[in-house]
Amino acid sequence: MQKLINLGRGTLDYIAAIGSASMMLFGALFAFPTWKNTRLMVHQMYVVGVQSLLIIIVSGLFIGMVMALQGYTILVSYGAEGSLGPMVALSLLRELGPVVTALLFAGRAGSALTAEIGLMKATEQLSSLEMMAVDPLRRVLSPRFWAGVYSMPMLALIFSAVGILGGHLVGVDWLGVDSGSYWSIMQSTVEWNEDVVNGVIKALVFALVVVWIALYKGYHCIPTSEGISKATTETVVYSSLTILGLDFVLTALMFGIS
Amino acid sequence: MAESIVTVDKMHFSRGERVIYDDISLNVRKGAITAIMGPSGIGKTTLLKLIGGQLAPDSGSVLFQGSNVHKVSRHKLYELRRRMSMLFQSGALFTNMTVFDNVAFPLREHTHLNEDIIRTIVYLKLEAVGLRGAYDLMPSELSGGMARRAALARAIALDPDLIMYDEPFAGQDPISMGVLVSLIKSLNKALNLTSIVVTHDVTEVLSIADYVYILANKKIIGEGTPNEIRQSDSDLVQQFLEGKADGPVPFHYPAQDLRTALIGE
Repeated sequence: MQKLINLGRGTLDYIAAIGSASMMLFGALFAFPTWKNTRLMVHQMYVVGVQSLLIIIVSGLFIGMVMALQGYTILVSYGAEGSLGPMVALSLLRELGPVVTALLFAGRAGSALTAEIGLMKATEQLSSLEMMAVDPLRRVLSPRFWAGVYSMPMLALIFSAVGILGGHLVGVDWLGVDSGSYWSIMQSTVEWNEDVVNGVIKALVFALVVVWIALYKGYHCIPTSEGISKATTETVVYSSLTILGLDFVLTALMFGIS
Repeated sequence: MAESIVTVDKMHFSRGERVIYDDISLNVRKGAITAIMGPSGIGKTTLLKLIGGQLAPDSGSVLFQGSNVHKVSRHKLYELRRRMSMLFQSGALFTNMTVFDNVAFPLREHTHLNEDIIRTIVYLKLEAVGLRGAYDLMPSELSGGMARRAALARAIALDPDLIMYDEPFAGQDPISMGVLVSLIKSLNKALNLTSIVVTHDVTEVLSIADYVYILANKKIIGEGTPNEIRQSDSDLVQQFLEGKADGPVPFHYPAQDLRTALIGE
């Protein structure tokens, strides 16, 4: 009987959490930054976007280089090393760019967002905003939300671009693939709508999910050091799992049915 | 009876299974300093949050200047909150802004004053709490007492009608305590404020309060002017005022008999 009660209570809590998370999402979506808040948003874009650039560029470079190296050793045995360019570009634009960027973004920016908001809650800064008749949703959450949603797709594009350059570095400069075929075959194979736009859409969806989870976890954390650390961990874990799961769904929708 | 600014009527509030307030009523007179005292952990801060509309009671009502804080729309509630202000125990200064920007924050959010006027107001408010020289420090560079005074400057920036102090004296050295006591009193008079002070520092608050409520065991166990309180014949009130370890408020958290706990049976 007790188990049944617990199950019921757990389910209700879960549904309530989804409800309040959705309310928060809609709140943040409709609290589109006014021009007064634009400055706040630009500042947040600097924090979550620009400050993530280094990790994104370094990771993109190495992933591109590794892919070129792996791809070359396989392709060269079929004499198809000319296809190295499209291989690198397509895998980056369609999959690795959005997914790896989102995973890094969750670890780098998502966790920071959760910790920041959680600490603001623990030190009563959010309460004091409310008592000053300033809506924390508008002042604190919404600028961070939109900054994340704008920054992530740009980061994903930068990641892919740097990765392609990294592939060039290894494939062309080091292993001796013809530079002309690297670029020209890539150009003729990569489709704007099919590959680039779909990749950006993926990045946009991942961004939405990561920022949503990060802000929700921070805003509803238990305001103790333990609670904040738990919330930060949960942000990274839930975001990563959701990204990977959603990636499959999105890939199936975009490329699976033809 | 003078006009009251806050009226709590037959309020009942509980957190989960735990009852915090069982049917309490109190009145805060306009222009007065009302003290709410009681042992730690009985939810004095909760009472302030109920008055500020951050929490809602299970039943009963809280009126602020005649409007029921929990019945009005969100928009109206935010309007009410511009006329009340709260000094948090930790100060709750925004850690990413200087003292100046912290005090300027409510002005920039709620008024369309230009920066020159804002600067004048901020300097005046900081002068009132004796921190004009600290305007460009970050909150992390302030001592606890200074942080609380800076937060006080921020709380009075918009000239509210009501200011609620949450444990303003907790963890202060005797000098900062004295400073805060006289600040609360002088600000209340100079700015024509109404103050609610929640605290358990008996002597300090009895020296400045006009009216005192003592909370314990989910109820108001005593009320009156400081003199009436001192002469109260209630055991509970006397235990609290004199700081006796045991009495109607038990020293021991409810537990089974020690003998039984140690040797079993």
